[in-house]
Amino acid sequence: MENGLKTVNLECIRGDRILFSNLNIEITPGNILQIEGRNGCGKTSLLRLLCGLMLPNEGDILWLGDNIAKERAEYYAAVSYLGHHNGIKEELTALENLLFSQALAPTKDGVDLYAILARLSLSGFEDIPCRHLSAGQKRRVALARLLATKAKIWILDEPFTALDRKGIAEIEAIFEEHVATGGIIILTTHHPLKVDSDYYSSLNLELNMESKMVEAHT
Amino acid sequence: MANNSLSSVFFQVLKRDLTLAFRHRGEIANPLLFFIIVVSLFPLGVGPTPSTLETIAPGIIWVAALLSAMLSLDGMFRSDFEDGSLEQITMSHHPLSVLVLAKILAHWLITGLPLLFAAPLLGVLLYLPSEAMKTLVITLALGTPILSLVGAIGMGLTVGLKRGGVLLSLLVLPLYIPVLIFGSMAVNEAAAGLAVDGYIYILSALLMFTLSLSPIATAASIRISTS
Repeated sequence: MENGLKTVNLECIRGDRILFSNLNIEITPGNILQIEGRNGCGKTSLLRLLCGLMLPNEGDILWLGDNIAKERAEYYAAVSYLGHHNGIKEELTALENLLFSQALAPTKDGVDLYAILARLSLSGFEDIPCRHLSAGQKRRVALARLLATKAKIWILDEPFTALDRKGIAEIEAIFEEHVATGGIIILTTHHPLKVDSDYYSSLNLELNMESKMVEAHT
Repeated sequence: MANNSLSSVFFQVLKRDLTLAFRHRGEIANPLLFFIIVVSLFPLGVGPTPSTLETIAPGIIWVAALLSAMLSLDGMFRSDFEDGSLEQITMSHHPLSVLVLAKILAHWLITGLPLLFAAPLLGVLLYLPSEAMKTLVITLALGTPILSLVGAIGMGLTVGLKRGGVLLSLLVLPLYIPVLIFGSMAVNEAAAGLAVDGYIYILSALLMFTLSLSPIATAASIRISTS
């Protein structure tokens, strides 16, 4: 029984450059996968492929054994994505932004949005339009979205951007909780992640590509 | 919170877009002001002769409505695309076409509906016979939603481009022309005291056609633009 997210011979070409090819990843519930590599090696592209926002040039992505391009609604009910852009509206308050995110995704029962915002040190800022918040606070509003919905898979592109040290520690604690309840986290970050190595693994796209090239030459 | 049904999501998206529009109070009246300014310039330009104005009134009002709709299209997806909200919306497990339809409806309520109220006043300004007023409002009521629906497809395709303005006009204007022809012809005929049922039927058919297909096409074009 397939219970995780899996890529099969994934290939991504941008322009005339192969970012990665024959990429096979499998990530099961209760794990964190960190994608590493230098700038421009395809980390964001890989995350966008995993979100179904981009289509792979080759290969498939399977969730619970089903191709995500075919079972899109089912997959999207399980995914939450945070990209470079926060995806929050500056004109809306933190609370309104969260309410809208909840409307778009399946929601946990009995979530207290005030408690979520308080957990991310945003209490007192619930009803202020996000344009008056600092960059770090906006990022926190975007991260609060993860807790407001039932999504099992969190795909996060540089989630710690603009966060202070305390904020990063808070988010790491939230990550640990999420994987403890059987969640999956796939993220890119340049910050060394302080989480238990039992469920942490990393993937270096650069090395992956180099090993492929060596294989091709031999 | 539990009401996560499709209709409730539709209204949530609608409510969000209307809220956003009302928080940009400065911009909300732009399409209407543009419409009024363009139409009211004509009597100054061609001279205040009632017979001339009466003949060109339907055309002017319709062209101005069409241009005002086209200028306002950019607001439909642009800001959502730039701040990443559009990605969030495409990644909802609800059908994107329904969410998009809510956005189009919000766009029409903000930019199209006010034109219906201003049009009769502008008709008076241009000496449009009072028999044609009803037809003018009906054709605009049927036609402006078509402009929003068709424009949404073009906007979805060009939202990823830095300067998609000219391309958008090229894509969308040819599709606007049937609406312009039937809309202004109907008003002309009504001013001449003829029956306009045929034109109304055609506009209604066009509205039904675009209403059923545009959300699907727009959803597909947005998926292309966000990739």
